[in-house]
Amino acid sequence: MTEPKLSTPLEAANPGGDAVKIRIRDLMKSFGPKRVLDGVDLDIRNAESLVIIGGSGTGKSVLLKHIIGLLKPDSGTVEIDGVAMESLSNRDLTEFRRRFGMSFQEGALFDSMTVGENVGFPLTRQTEMTAAERRTRVEECLDLVRLSGVADKVPSQLSGGMRRRVGFARAIAVEPEILLFDEPTTGLDPVTTALIDEVIIDLNNRLHTTTITITHDMESAFRIGDRIAMIHQGKIVAEAAPEEFRQHADPRVQQFIHGIADGPLTVESAAFSKN
Amino acid sequence: MGKALPQPVENFLIELGRFTQLVGRLFAWTPRPPYDVRELFRQMVRVGLGSIPVVLLTALFTGGVMALQTFTVLRRFNAESYVGTLVGLSMVRELAAVLSSLIVAGRSGSAMGAELGTMRVTEQIDALEVMATDPVHYLVVPRVWATVLTLPLLVVLADALGIAGGYVVSVPLMGANPISYLHASFQFMDLKDLFSGLIKAAVFGFLIAVIGCQQGFYTTGGAEGVGRSTTKAVVLASIAILISDFFLTRILF
Repeated sequence: MTEPKLSTPLEAANPGGDAVKIRIRDLMKSFGPKRVLDGVDLDIRNAESLVIIGGSGTGKSVLLKHIIGLLKPDSGTVEIDGVAMESLSNRDLTEFRRRFGMSFQEGALFDSMTVGENVGFPLTRQTEMTAAERRTRVEECLDLVRLSGVADKVPSQLSGGMRRRVGFARAIAVEPEILLFDEPTTGLDPVTTALIDEVIIDLNNRLHTTTITITHDMESAFRIGDRIAMIHQGKIVAEAAPEEFRQHADPRVQQFIHGIADGPLTVESAAFSKN
Repeated sequence: MGKALPQPVENFLIELGRFTQLVGRLFAWTPRPPYDVRELFRQMVRVGLGSIPVVLLTALFTGGVMALQTFTVLRRFNAESYVGTLVGLSMVRELAAVLSSLIVAGRSGSAMGAELGTMRVTEQIDALEVMATDPVHYLVVPRVWATVLTLPLLVVLADALGIAGGYVVSVPLMGANPISYLHASFQFMDLKDLFSGLIKAAVFGFLIAVIGCQQGFYTTGGAEGVGRSTTKAVVLASIAILISDFFLTRILF
């Protein structure tokens, strides 16, 4: 298998001088008449933890799926380490994805497999681990999300929150260089949420994983984000470090952070459609 | 997009394009490791084992009905002795393959549409891709080749039961001579007749599985979408079987 060529050098993109891991430029995507992404520009630095916030239906998940190449943009680019995702062939893309881990909103567990097989799946496909090593790693990952002892259950026996945690465990199993989390804590109790947040922070610190997390939970966002970006009507409208973000002048940001019903963000604009 | 084409034509072309693309990816991924023989076998059991009772029952009664029908007609020409020939050749060359395939389309084609469709709408197919696993390689390759290998085996059973059905009606019921009935059944049958039925079955198996997987693969719109995919998997596979049967018969005989 040919490893796609990485046309590094990584470019220095900001005054801080951190290398850019993921560069998104003018990303556009429509589904039928509905424009979901309307020119997204975003840089994600190597080893940073970026949190993307925004109302429902503003295109957060769609953006995430472009980053990992599950969706192809109508126009614009997503570059990972200088490689444009949309230029890769199907086969190269499959290889390229070995660097990623992703957890999905509802877990997306394979219901034909046990929990243990689910978490072990990326290990089987992407590593040379022996069965015993895999078992150990699976237990470790399930331990991390406080789900030890469920390895032999099937997903349908678990609650929604538990499935989500198993999905999370599966995403981190191979300790990839880029981790994408699509609402990892939505619907979880505060204690479990804090736990998941800690795992994300730990992975980020210990393995220098580049992490992108989508969330509605502002407490989580401030806890795990080195930087927070807000997406609205298919565009990034604000991005800043947590402290700055808290003080951000944009009224939309303030409305979102404080969860106020009246303001520039309306439910209609959140469920954005543009004809 | 210009609206130059009427909707049904456009839909047909979209389906055809997806079919062709999936077949291309299927052949591209088939020779690549890892080869999951266990999964292939598991799918063969799923396609084959559950279908056996229905296929056998259908073949037995079809053979019986054919014997009943042809007996009354052929008696008018004093040609009852050819009932066995007619039933045997019809089953082996045509009916066993088509009927078994229609049954498998209903059982397994729909199951593939539903299973892959559910996997699509619950993001399990996305999850496969994310974990560096091509979903065509992992899901479609074993299902298609399992169906291609299993259908001919089912057809062999259906051949036997169809002939047995004809025998049961002709000999005990209509009083035909058992020896001469069996003789008539196989007198004009050669291996080519048998193989042409099996080749048809393999082609039908291919169509059933590719269409079932294709419908599942392109499912959108939640539970309702899965229902639509399942229905389309059966309807389109059945149509494909019947139309391709005509052309295969033209080519093979």
